Amino acid sequence: MMARLMPLAAQDRALILCGGLLAIGLALLPAVASALVVDKLTLLFIYVMLAVMWNLMAGYAGLVSVGQQAFVGLGGYAMVRLVEAGMPPFPAILAGAVLVAGVAWLLSGFVLRMKAGEFAIATWVLAEVIRSLVSFDPLIQGETGTSVLALNAIDPDLRRTTIYLMALGVMVVMLAGTWRLLAGRLGAECQAIRDDEEAAASVGVSTMRVKRQVYIIASVGCAVAGALWLASAITFQPRTAFGVQWSVFMLFMVLVGGFGSFTGPILGAVLFFALQEVFGDFGAWYLAGLGVVAILFALYLPRGLVGLWQDRGRDEPLSIRKRLAAPGDQV
Amino acid sequence: MASPPLLQATGIEKSFGAFRVLHGVDFHVMPGEAVGIVGPNGAGKTTLFGALAGAYPANAGRVVLAGRDVTALPAAARCRMGLARTHQIPRPFAGMTVLENVMVAGQAGAGLSQGDAVACAVAVMERTGLAAHANRPAATLGLLDRKRLELARALATGPDLILLDEIGGGLTEAELETLIALIRALLADGLTVVWIEHILHALLSVVTRLVCMAEGRVLAEGEPQAVMAHAEVRAAYLGSSPE
Repeated sequence: MMARLMPLAAQDRALILCGGLLAIGLALLPAVASALVVDKLTLLFIYVMLAVMWNLMAGYAGLVSVGQQAFVGLGGYAMVRLVEAGMPPFPAILAGAVLVAGVAWLLSGFVLRMKAGEFAIATWVLAEVIRSLVSFDPLIQGETGTSVLALNAIDPDLRRTTIYLMALGVMVVMLAGTWRLLAGRLGAECQAIRDDEEAAASVGVSTMRVKRQVYIIASVGCAVAGALWLASAITFQPRTAFGVQWSVFMLFMVLVGGFGSFTGPILGAVLFFALQEVFGDFGAWYLAGLGVVAILFALYLPRGLVGLWQDRGRDEPLSIRKRLAAPGDQV
Repeated sequence: MASPPLLQATGIEKSFGAFRVLHGVDFHVMPGEAVGIVGPNGAGKTTLFGALAGAYPANAGRVVLAGRDVTALPAAARCRMGLARTHQIPRPFAGMTVLENVMVAGQAGAGLSQGDAVACAVAVMERTGLAAHANRPAATLGLLDRKRLELARALATGPDLILLDEIGGGLTEAELETLIALIRALLADGLTVVWIEHILHALLSVVTRLVCMAEGRVLAEGEPQAVMAHAEVRAAYLGSSPE
């Protein structure tokens, strides 16, 4: 019996190649592009990271959190603290994420026991509690915040390029790593838990272990994104760093791009970034506009941009769907 | 008998809120045995399966699987020790294809690599009559195929003991024959089977021992014909069932 899976489609292989070339091109870009473009792209990369991490949790494992800003903020806070303790700023971005992994591990044992609705609320409450605790730190001075002054000591161009390249590198690693995880056993176990947790347990899926792994990975991803964001913003203020707007952005990007698909969050991040660039100056009207866009998508394109492919009966680009290559007596 | 039971449950009690479903049930299966469970609706048959498989903790009692006390172990661990179950109301992973449903059971339940899980899934899908649907999203399956998927997924975990919960309901006579042949083949392979079923002639053509439950208790158990002839069983079960 020759049973094997359908190999990656030719278009998908071409897409991965294009993505690789694009990444190389982006890595060379700071040599020619203006400071503004480099800063903007850094922000786009951070959005992609946040969307991919939220989708990993919510779209694949069914863990709909509205509290990932806890880890965006903690990533920044850990960096602030490590720099204060004498660590150079750039290593502190990654070292901080390791600390956040520990926090996520501790919290996971408690939030992951909850059911969907409770989980969403608990994550939000936790984020608020963590924000309050952080603002008690004398270094942070309540809502005043603090600045990572060590960053100001670095030449602005070098600093900008370094942050940009770090963000690009982290994003590429995150995309490739998420792809590998989702295409393997963990991805299958996540989806089983999302679709029916009790049935997943009945076929041997250690639901707590799997959810824990995904929660910690997504939290570390958000922490790195938060630290990179802080590195470009320099000033750490609890209200901004731990703001619920991060969750709103993540939700928007993933829902608009395509919940539970690999390419959806990337498309969603690009669309969100573009909307912000074009309409961002309209203040409150911009936010209302985002709401309208979200409602329109929910009504007319509930599966997001990738739904355009799925509605034609095809898998979306870079789908992790597994199919048999020659299913004997296919009807 | 010399060999110890493959599964032994003693004094299982289970309440949902204030409602007591199981009142101290004792149950055992010997290796290679085929045991049937009958009883009117609400007798606690499915609840007993849930307690045996570890879907929820029992309020009291002990479950021993292959000589090991598994009372405190979650369902996933019991599954990996060789105890599989099907659900009375099918619970497919609706966002995945049939193939993916069966593969994840092989990977998580039997610890297979991806390549081995594909081979195992193909073999199991052929056995259960799902081969033609391998690439379909499980959400698009009809009820009968969903029941087949329950069985396929359970088999993919590589069980020694399988708990079947009313997988015969709704089948045509011909489909029932196929199912009986499959269960016989599983028994011939050395699998141990416990089968909850209302279709008595199908059940009685396979099982060698019958347990009748009513109102959360074991009413009678033993040789199938003797159990069915039992006066209390006739009153509790046949009296209230059109079968």
